[in-house]
Amino acid sequence: MLSTTEVRTHVLSIIEDVALDDDVSQLQDSIALRDQLDLDSMDFLDIVMELKKRHQIDVPKEDYGQLESMDSCVEYLTPKFS
Amino acid sequence: MEKDFDVVIIGAGMSGLAAGIRLAMFDQKVCILESHSIPGGLNSYYQRGKRKFDVGLHAMTNWTPKGTKGKPLSKIMKQLRIPYDEFQLVPQKQSSIRFPNHKLTFTNNIQDLLDEVQCHFPNEIDGLINLITYIEGYNDTDLTSIYSSAKDVVSTFIKDKILLNMIFCPLMIYGSAWEHDMDFSQFAIMFKSIFLEGFSRPTGGVRTIIDLLSKKLKQQGLLVQYKSQVQQLHKVDNKISAITLKNGDRIRCRKILSSAGYRETLNLFEEKLKEDKKVIIGKMSFTESILILDKKPCEYGIEDTIIFTNDSHEYNYRNPNTLFDTTSSVLCFPNNFIKDEEDEGIFRATMMADYDCWNKLEKDQYKQEKLNVLESSKALFLKHSGSEIKDLLFSDVFTPTTVKKYTKHENGCVYGSPTKTRDGTTSVEGLYLMGTDQGFLGIIGAMLSGISMANYHCLRN
Repeated sequence: MLSTTEVRTHVLSIIEDVALDDDVSQLQDSIALRDQLDLDSMDFLDIVMELKKRHQIDVPKEDYGQLESMDSCVEYLTPKFS
Repeated sequence: MEKDFDVVIIGAGMSGLAAGIRLAMFDQKVCILESHSIPGGLNSYYQRGKRKFDVGLHAMTNWTPKGTKGKPLSKIMKQLRIPYDEFQLVPQKQSSIRFPNHKLTFTNNIQDLLDEVQCHFPNEIDGLINLITYIEGYNDTDLTSIYSSAKDVVSTFIKDKILLNMIFCPLMIYGSAWEHDMDFSQFAIMFKSIFLEGFSRPTGGVRTIIDLLSKKLKQQGLLVQYKSQVQQLHKVDNKISAITLKNGDRIRCRKILSSAGYRETLNLFEEKLKEDKKVIIGKMSFTESILILDKKPCEYGIEDTIIFTNDSHEYNYRNPNTLFDTTSSVLCFPNNFIKDEEDEGIFRATMMADYDCWNKLEKDQYKQEKLNVLESSKALFLKHSGSEIKDLLFSDVFTPTTVKKYTKHENGCVYGSPTKTRDGTTSVEGLYLMGTDQGFLGIIGAMLSGISMANYHCLRN
């Protein structure tokens, strides 16, 4: 299993690509991504698809809420990175 | 060429290229078929001598400054993963709507339009502000909305008929497939894209956008199959199964995203489909003149980027049933944005026109009538700039038959059929429409259409 720091790095790399013109270096991990970056539902779907493409991780629809902030992403995804 | 795909895209216009990028990004096996030898579709480009021309581009709508959140422009850039700066957008100076005795100037700042209305139609300012509030809260991208008359809705806010017509004028001629009126959701999209956001132009014209999209496609390992004309679509048990090309090649596929137009796509099946009758053929087509002038627009004293003209208080947006109609027009100056690196002046004039009238002409008459369009364009220039064109360095005129020839749209209709399929679905499983007849228009609308149809029908789940 990857460490939470490694998971954070992988997630950040995806968010950085999806949010494109936004600066992710100042991201606050406890605050909702949507409140800090220009992300709409289409972009969250991209994050889900990138997780599948890069890490073969499936995020079912009912779990989309788990991707709200960086903290919740890391907590939810760490067990899935194997 | 492989003969088995998840998705086949018909048309390498803005919607097809954008859809292709999305699908390739998420590892779909996809193929883009284009009947011409270059991309761009309705918004392509060409060259005459040393000069490069855009076929259709006046301006791109939906301009917002870098960093503006939640607007169509930033949505597209994120979905295609092309950074803002690469579009090299140059905002407009100002544009105007000119009716007899009335002129409204607007910019990419809505406050300027509000000030103009406050000055010329003081009784209507509250109505306009309420209309804007209503439009801002309106979900125009709802794919399930049904037709409602924009004129009925807007006239509850704007009582003055002249102002009402002036507001509709740019919105209709830049995107309405309907005559006389438009769907309110279409109106809301157009109002936001032109008045609340605004006009800009990519440096280098439409090529810049097409090159960006093509480069992105290539990075994903996807190439457009040019000179590939679709002969027939096949279905088994009402599900898409394959495509046959004019050259006899047969391609198996599970899904098709078609930008060929609603009727035009249905006509590719051997047998008639049940919805065939309900799809109306559009009637709105135009002539387009491109004139290269010895001087830049600003040297002629022209302050506007785009001028929308109309000779009466009533705005008659309809097929004129004549070769062309000089009583209303769009006059565009592609090198009169806030930055300009051209040496010459460019002037484009658009007038409403009827396909049948042009299609009936013999070759010599056709040539003569094109000259008449050119003369009328010069007269419009004189009327609205106060200056005569002294040295015309080059000119070109397109007619509705040119549009038909290059797009295969019936009637040469530029904005497609008035029958739109907002969610892209058809009666055939696996066949989806995008582009003009899905209902999002213009370069930004077309890209958004390709992206959302690819997401909705091919990538979700």
